[in-house]
Amino acid sequence: MTKLLPMNRRNFLQASAAGLAAGTVPGLFGSQAMAQTALTVGFIYVGPKDDYGYNQAHAEGAAVIKKMPGITLVEEENVPETVDVQKTMESMINLDGATLLFPTSFGYFDPHMLAMAAKYPKIQFRHCGGLWTEGKHPANTGSYFGYIGQGQYLNGIAAGYATKSKKIGFVAAKPIPQVVQNINSFLLGARSVDPTITCQVIFTGEWSLAVKEAEATNALIDQGADVITCHVDSPKVVVETAAGRGAFVCGYHANQSALAKDKYLTGAEWAWGNVYTNFIKTAQSGGKLGNFVRGGLKDGFVKMSPLGPAVSAEGRKKFEATLAEIMSGKFSVFKGPIKDNKGNVVVTASTAFAEDAIELESMGYLVEGVVGSTS
Amino acid sequence: MTAEVNDPRLSIAAGGSASFRPLLEWLARRAEPVAIGLVAILIGLALFSLFILAVGKSPVTLFQLMYTGGFGSWFSIQNSLSRAAPLLLTALCVALPARLGLVIIGAEGAVVLGGVAAAASAMPFIGVVPPIMLFVFMGVAAMVVGGIWIGFAGFLRHYRGVNETISSLLLAYIAIALMNQFVEGLLRDPASLNKPSTKPLPKDYMLGQIPGMDVHWGLVIGVVACILSWVLIEITSFGFAARIAGGNVRAAQIQGLPVGKLIVGFTAIAGGFAGLAGMIEVAAVQGSANASLAAGYGYTGILVAFLARHNPLAIIPVAILLGGISASGGLIQRRMGLPDATVLVLQGTLFIVILFCETFYGRFKIFNPDLWKRS
Repeated sequence: MTKLLPMNRRNFLQASAAGLAAGTVPGLFGSQAMAQTALTVGFIYVGPKDDYGYNQAHAEGAAVIKKMPGITLVEEENVPETVDVQKTMESMINLDGATLLFPTSFGYFDPHMLAMAAKYPKIQFRHCGGLWTEGKHPANTGSYFGYIGQGQYLNGIAAGYATKSKKIGFVAAKPIPQVVQNINSFLLGARSVDPTITCQVIFTGEWSLAVKEAEATNALIDQGADVITCHVDSPKVVVETAAGRGAFVCGYHANQSALAKDKYLTGAEWAWGNVYTNFIKTAQSGGKLGNFVRGGLKDGFVKMSPLGPAVSAEGRKKFEATLAEIMSGKFSVFKGPIKDNKGNVVVTASTAFAEDAIELESMGYLVEGVVGSTS
Repeated sequence: MTAEVNDPRLSIAAGGSASFRPLLEWLARRAEPVAIGLVAILIGLALFSLFILAVGKSPVTLFQLMYTGGFGSWFSIQNSLSRAAPLLLTALCVALPARLGLVIIGAEGAVVLGGVAAAASAMPFIGVVPPIMLFVFMGVAAMVVGGIWIGFAGFLRHYRGVNETISSLLLAYIAIALMNQFVEGLLRDPASLNKPSTKPLPKDYMLGQIPGMDVHWGLVIGVVACILSWVLIEITSFGFAARIAGGNVRAAQIQGLPVGKLIVGFTAIAGGFAGLAGMIEVAAVQGSANASLAAGYGYTGILVAFLARHNPLAIIPVAILLGGISASGGLIQRRMGLPDATVLVLQGTLFIVILFCETFYGRFKIFNPDLWKRS
């Protein structure tokens, strides 16, 4: 049997599906052929776009690029990390004509985005948080992330000046490296103000579990903590509960000052608008999108919420001095000697890790002064 | 005796229509659930249209988009079928016990533990046995664990008098906590840093797609399970006994039916199906067990089972319909700017209207041939 046509049943069906889609969506093909600068970009979020947290930070970034000329933005929220997200990506590609996709949740990377990238080699995929590795992952994919630990260090400085009980609290989702690094940075920031400060941590076990987050916040305050921060998908519950109990709050992911009013000290926020703008500019000019894009405060990937009224003049001075040092690129949060909270030396006296040090990506210890355990 | 004599006389009196009468009676009885179901869906859609009008959008556009996104092209149909696949099995987990009069709502627990059991049982056999054998091992392990989990709720119900609805729901939370414990501890792949998972299955050991379609084998397994369940309930004596016990437990006990064994047996089979859904998630989609297994399939299954009136064959079209609604949800978000909750509002409205329309059964003479004779 010789093959007469390079078309099997599957190709044929896909082609007819594409034809149908083109029929139902007038203008789709027109817009693709129109100009190089016209670009349809898809954003996928794991939770609601207005969660005062992780997803809102990305949606705010998407809103920035929506205003750029030639950009059509398509967004979908509450997409679970299952076959659903694969189909959402395909739907954006097939029905909306998207050629650049930003699946923003960590769990979208493997296997979902990698499967779609293999199936659609002409579409560009950029994922938030993943560790793109050359040779291991397809060239049309990539990952971007921000070093937000320094932001939590600055949060810690504000907390260190605000606390009277010398106990601060951290509501954490899961004991994974990204979260653990934030907890440690927060305490190290506070200890740079007063080395007697301790930080109690409670892991809720889930990324989004409002009831447990409220319980954890109350438990921390009941134990004497008077400044609270967190690393969960939506800090809304933690922030409102803590402020309602009269504790100070340091924000995370997005600006939560509207939820805590004068109890809000500052917050470590993502600045995805800058990151997405750069990606889009590169794509529109026909350049090659980066495969491994990372940065911190000085690169404009992360920003701090404006300091609240409760921050003392002294606190403001130290905060701004440290921020300036971070911006100069000479600051490192994890500078030896550092012991973990079991007494083992984890960073030797001669070591100072830069923010992009690979050792920090697999952090599994809690530093001395953190009350809690990862297991 | 008189009835037997009467019947032929009636047929003679009815003349030419005599041969059509049994067919009409058969049709009338079958038409009742279909007609009432369709009317309920129409009422639900009408109410939902009012809701859409209230937020200032066009219901016509919305329904067009739902058709395009759910069933309007081959891509959309495959999208809907992929989403329907896990719902077939989780709906059976609700429908089978419901025939015994039990309301089990904890299928989610069996799904996640089934997934963990499947991933754990696969580990020693990768590279040792051929893939097909591995799938059998994984499937059996998942069904046994899922069966024990839901069967335990049935056991508690019959032997300890614990309400099965509450116990199955609470067991689901315990199951998710257990899954987190296993996945973040004992079974964790050390390479999974920021998303704790079990060791991923190699590519050759993944349950692939149905040939010619972009839908995994879980769909076929689900359809087969629905057909087998229908046979079990409607044709076997075991299913007949279960239906008797579901109608009246006391009567069944007086007849000497083993009600306890029936309850534990049916809940165990139901849990086995939900566990199998977890195995398919691992083997066909995720490649490993992790927190993404708790994607809510167990809860959507409740909706499917109730809409299908606990008829295993009706579960097939209902699951595909809900898969389509979920598939089109993304398009509605992207094209109309409506939030993700829109689809949930539609599902909720349909659910309530369909439950409400249950009261229509037996009220219309046209569907009841026994009443025709008297008139």
